[in-house]
Amino acid sequence: MWDYTDKVLDHFKNPRNVGAIENPDGVGEVGSLACGDALKLTFKLGEDKRIADAKFKTFGCASAIASSSALTEIIKGMTLDEASNVTNLDIAEFLGGLPEQKMHCSVMGREALEVAIKNHYTGDTSKKILEGKVICTCFGITEEEIEHVVRENNLTTVEEVTNYCKAGGGCGKCLPDIQAVIDRVQAEINKQTDSPKPAKMTIIERIRLIEETMDREIRPLLKQDGGDLELIDVSGNKVVISFRGMCAKCQIAEFTMKDVVEAKLREFVSADIVVEEDK
Amino acid sequence: MKTVYFDNNATTCVAPEVTEVMIPFFKEYWGNPSSMHYFGGQVRKHIEEARGKVASLIGADPSEIVFTSCGSESDNMAINGAVEASGAGTRIITSRVEHPAVQGPCRHLRDQGFHLTEIGVDSAGILDMAELRESLLEGPVFASLMWANNETGVIFPIEEISQMIKSAGGVIHTDAVQAAGKLPIDVSKVPVDMLSISGHKLHAPKGIGALYIRKGTKLNTFMLGGHQENGRRAGTENVPYIVGLGKACEMAAAGLKDENRIATLRDKLENGLLKACPDTMVNGDRKNRLPNTSNISFQYIEGEAILYHLSDLGICASSGSACTSGSLEPSHVIRAMGIPFTAAHGSIRFSLSRYNTEEDVDYVIENMPPIVDRLRKLSPFV
Repeated sequence: MWDYTDKVLDHFKNPRNVGAIENPDGVGEVGSLACGDALKLTFKLGEDKRIADAKFKTFGCASAIASSSALTEIIKGMTLDEASNVTNLDIAEFLGGLPEQKMHCSVMGREALEVAIKNHYTGDTSKKILEGKVICTCFGITEEEIEHVVRENNLTTVEEVTNYCKAGGGCGKCLPDIQAVIDRVQAEINKQTDSPKPAKMTIIERIRLIEETMDREIRPLLKQDGGDLELIDVSGNKVVISFRGMCAKCQIAEFTMKDVVEAKLREFVSADIVVEEDK
Repeated sequence: MKTVYFDNNATTCVAPEVTEVMIPFFKEYWGNPSSMHYFGGQVRKHIEEARGKVASLIGADPSEIVFTSCGSESDNMAINGAVEASGAGTRIITSRVEHPAVQGPCRHLRDQGFHLTEIGVDSAGILDMAELRESLLEGPVFASLMWANNETGVIFPIEEISQMIKSAGGVIHTDAVQAAGKLPIDVSKVPVDMLSISGHKLHAPKGIGALYIRKGTKLNTFMLGGHQENGRRAGTENVPYIVGLGKACEMAAAGLKDENRIATLRDKLENGLLKACPDTMVNGDRKNRLPNTSNISFQYIEGEAILYHLSDLGICASSGSACTSGSLEPSHVIRAMGIPFTAAHGSIRFSLSRYNTEEDVDYVIENMPPIVDRLRKLSPFV
């Protein structure tokens, strides 16, 4: 069982504001059956231009239902300006927290709100507006959306991104693209905070970074063709590796070594790395 | 609160008779069966008795049974051991609906460079025999194909399959973790080379399993460092659990005739739920299934939400929905069958045992419709 807070269980078992408002001032539909959860949010504005009523209908697990219920409670009484500043973290906090793998439920709430507000201003009734490049085709998650969750929640790993917005949770083909978005956004965040350059690496830090890079950047590529590699030795700027599996028998291993292994290690560890194969 | 347990494909209760025969091996007969003194040595014959009982459940010779720590270990031992023994160039064949304990080691071997074919199933979960036949045309194979599916209960024609593999010169292992104790198994008629059994699926405790290894099967040992189990699996024997597994297998063999009663209860539950809840469907071939398993999709609602509401009423079941596994996609079995997403996320598995009663069934039939109604009222798709 999931470690749900009492508040999550309460909002799951006694959801507030279930239903759909007739002639709403805003409607937002996100998710789909294929994704395993979907939310339809409707709201009505009062004379004071504040959200007088909000209702939801949700297909999904306990935390998806609780997140939707929480969302409607949070936004009631807000102006649309205020509501547009509501984040997925506000929803999660309202519920006393969500399990890490369920954070995408809170993101779905924020997305529905965003779409509903947009619908109010533009009359756009398309379900979820996919703007820009779709990175995760399994769940239809755009680059913009991934960037949004990475920035809002300061995410650093692909796994976290999957937990928060599902991107990468299907076939897995987009994992390198997600990593690229994280790297770009994190670089921007670090630039903003103007963190000092890390000091010169010790040999242990260097080996660790080489291994991390192999795990994250190189192995997944080789595994697509049934191959693998092993780190044999590191001395100075020389890295000695050995190919395993299909790579060991591969005719173009030399090419793989220069264009994949060496290139990635130069990119992520240091620019002067020379890779040699231990035969 | 009363507990109504319909999750017996996940684990079963330990039969009281099983617990009873185990206790002396904690309290009195705790010696090491390999010892040279009478105190340890006297334990040996109880292990051999248990081995005999496990063997007779499946029509094997006792010398062909190796005790392991669980079904997953049996699967890993069979797959890794046989592929390693048969060497490079061996093609591995399995199905798309295997238990992760089979899928995991097969895919690991693929990552190490072995060729792996995962045979598909149709919408009723029935194995694509034509695809299997085709995959046997190129080179020597090792196959691991399950006897019965844990999620849908669908039974593979393992006799026909193993004859095909054997006549193509291959080696075949079958994961019979769900089948053992629920279906008659006779390895003197079904030419499988290896067969996995798990204790806790047939009313023995968790932490004990067995692997049947037909005489003459080439298998590399992966647990090294001791002569136990004829050198096939090192480690001091888990005596109380082995004795418990023996008792459980003896009871299962005697109880096989009881499976008709379980099937009748299962059918009552299934038909009752289909009638009481609209927009429901059964997943898997209803004619060729384990007698205890029913996998039903409640369309337009999600499995985890159903399970939490059932759990509040003391009803235990499981789901193939994405959310229950922590992954984002519904179960690989349901997806391999091509069940539409509208149904896949709302699939619930009820799995019975001989301890279930008609009252249990009535209780679920009575309580399920309000839960379904409640969740459908929330659903934007209804």
